[in-house]
Amino acid sequence: MATQHSRSAARIMMAPAVVLLLGWMLVPLTMTLYFSFKKYLPLRGGDLGWTGFDNYVRFVTSSAFWPSVITTLVIVGGVLVITVILGILLAILLNQPMWGQGIVRILVISPFFVMPTVSALVWKNMFMDPVNGLFAHLWKFFGATPVEWLSDVSMGSIVMIVSWQWLPFATLILLTAIQSLDREQLEAAEMDGAPPLKRFAFITVPHLSRAVTIVILIQTIFLLAIFAEIFVTTGGAFGTRTLTYLIYQRVLESQNVGLGSAGGVYAIILANIIALFLMRIVGKNLDA
Amino acid sequence: MGHITLSQVTKSFGDVNVIPPLDLEINEGEFVVFVGPSGCGKSTLLRLIAGLEDVTSGHIAIDGQDATEVPPAKRGLAMVFQSYALYPHMTVRKNIAFPLRMAKLDQAVQDKKVEDAARVLNLTDYLDRRPGQLSGGQRQRVAIGRAIVREPAAFLFDEPLSNLDAALRVNMRLEISELHKQLDTTMIYVTHDQVEAMTMADKIVVLRAGNIEQVGSPLELYRRPQNKFVAGFIGSPKMNFLTGATAAAYDAQTIGIRPEHLEVSRDSGDWKGVVGVSEHLGSDTFFHVPVPDSDDPLTVRASGEVDLKRGEEIFLTPIQEHLHRFDAQGLAIR
Repeated sequence: MATQHSRSAARIMMAPAVVLLLGWMLVPLTMTLYFSFKKYLPLRGGDLGWTGFDNYVRFVTSSAFWPSVITTLVIVGGVLVITVILGILLAILLNQPMWGQGIVRILVISPFFVMPTVSALVWKNMFMDPVNGLFAHLWKFFGATPVEWLSDVSMGSIVMIVSWQWLPFATLILLTAIQSLDREQLEAAEMDGAPPLKRFAFITVPHLSRAVTIVILIQTIFLLAIFAEIFVTTGGAFGTRTLTYLIYQRVLESQNVGLGSAGGVYAIILANIIALFLMRIVGKNLDA
Repeated sequence: MGHITLSQVTKSFGDVNVIPPLDLEINEGEFVVFVGPSGCGKSTLLRLIAGLEDVTSGHIAIDGQDATEVPPAKRGLAMVFQSYALYPHMTVRKNIAFPLRMAKLDQAVQDKKVEDAARVLNLTDYLDRRPGQLSGGQRQRVAIGRAIVREPAAFLFDEPLSNLDAALRVNMRLEISELHKQLDTTMIYVTHDQVEAMTMADKIVVLRAGNIEQVGSPLELYRRPQNKFVAGFIGSPKMNFLTGATAAAYDAQTIGIRPEHLEVSRDSGDWKGVVGVSEHLGSDTFFHVPVPDSDDPLTVRASGEVDLKRGEEIFLTPIQEHLHRFDAQGLAIR
């Protein structure tokens, strides 16, 4: 990639990909921006002309806005905490030499292959059903009253379902990181007088920091947009309406494309604010 | 401090017996080098002493106390690893201070000890860097610094110089020897390089397949090897071995003669040969001379002034008092 010629050749060859990606991003973004300034009600008159910032004001001042932002953040935060902590523990466990290691690893990773809709339905009907669910049977076995998971602890249930889906991803990334930890470092720490817990805290955890950063960044991107899990379980009721779900409701249930598009722009802003914070907090781990 | 005794120590990994029963005495303040070809169990032996591996049977005593079941941290030994095993996310200062921090020493005491160690090892300017920003030799010194601050009963070195380039290796060899003189602490050093063993050791332990072949001072091993293996392993270039009629003339199965103990002459001598490859080092020249009763050509050391051409016919005469005789089992005949 040194000469003038090879550089321009490289640019030409990259151009199709760049153009495609830009188009992929720019077209929906411009359309969202365009609709967000319009009063557009598909079943009640269609395009009713420009409205300026009306949609933006209405979206934020709606009583559902702030709760939905909080809900989104709680779900993202909860899932991140659970997957990272359990992921580290599972990765350490899976890194121990044991019989049937290969099969156990595949089993641990398998939830990631289950489609979100399917896994949420399985959880809803098989585990969390207050009458026939496994949890209900377990509770009854111990003489307790079955919990109505999706209505009484709706947020907890959603966080649990989503965590179950994302735990394999975290485990997988963290496992590969743990495998790259130099054994001699642990032995050196052992000789230096560090007991197992301190070895974990001073050697293993810092070694994992980069992998944890990657897990947090990637998961945040996907978790901000979770939809199927909420759609098939609570349908946004019982305080589980995230920003994504609110936008969906505005566009499809209220048939107000303009209002929903304004919400979409807010979602972009929220995602960027979070990304900015994350990069500030954990991004430095990616250097060096 | 620093007297280590191994009695009847064995180690097996599953069915594989790496170290057969082994006895060894390491005296206070000694620089002991374990040397042997790769896979001879020298690193395993060091790890047994460190406590990183459990002995299968036998006992290890440190300063008269049975340490066989004592965890590594409590044995009062410090180890320098082949890969240095520095903690990459900590600065040099924190790396060196780590054992002190684990021992929960006062911050002021920690700082002082780290500063002292850094001064001894010329690391003062690098205390706030990370291991990734240091050269190989500097990393090596940080690893040694981390060992020094603990004021251990003995230092254990596991092939510490094998990742350094040749020039640096010679330097670090001197530095470690110097350090040993300064600290006067027992050091156990594992290497496969007999030059390191010869130059640094007070006592060399030659190992083969977990067995101790011979223990002694470098010159003792050089002058009076107990068997063919030690004779061939110690000394560079290797000792020449001859068998057959040539050896029989000396009442031995095999005779050994070092390259530096052969006299070269153009006119007369005991063995006749034709010069093959010659290696000129400037000060010395090594000639390779094929002779009938040796599988490999004999290596002959001559002064750099001697000028022999390839194909020239020469005579070699061993210096009698430096000739080593071995019986059918490979043991030295004295």
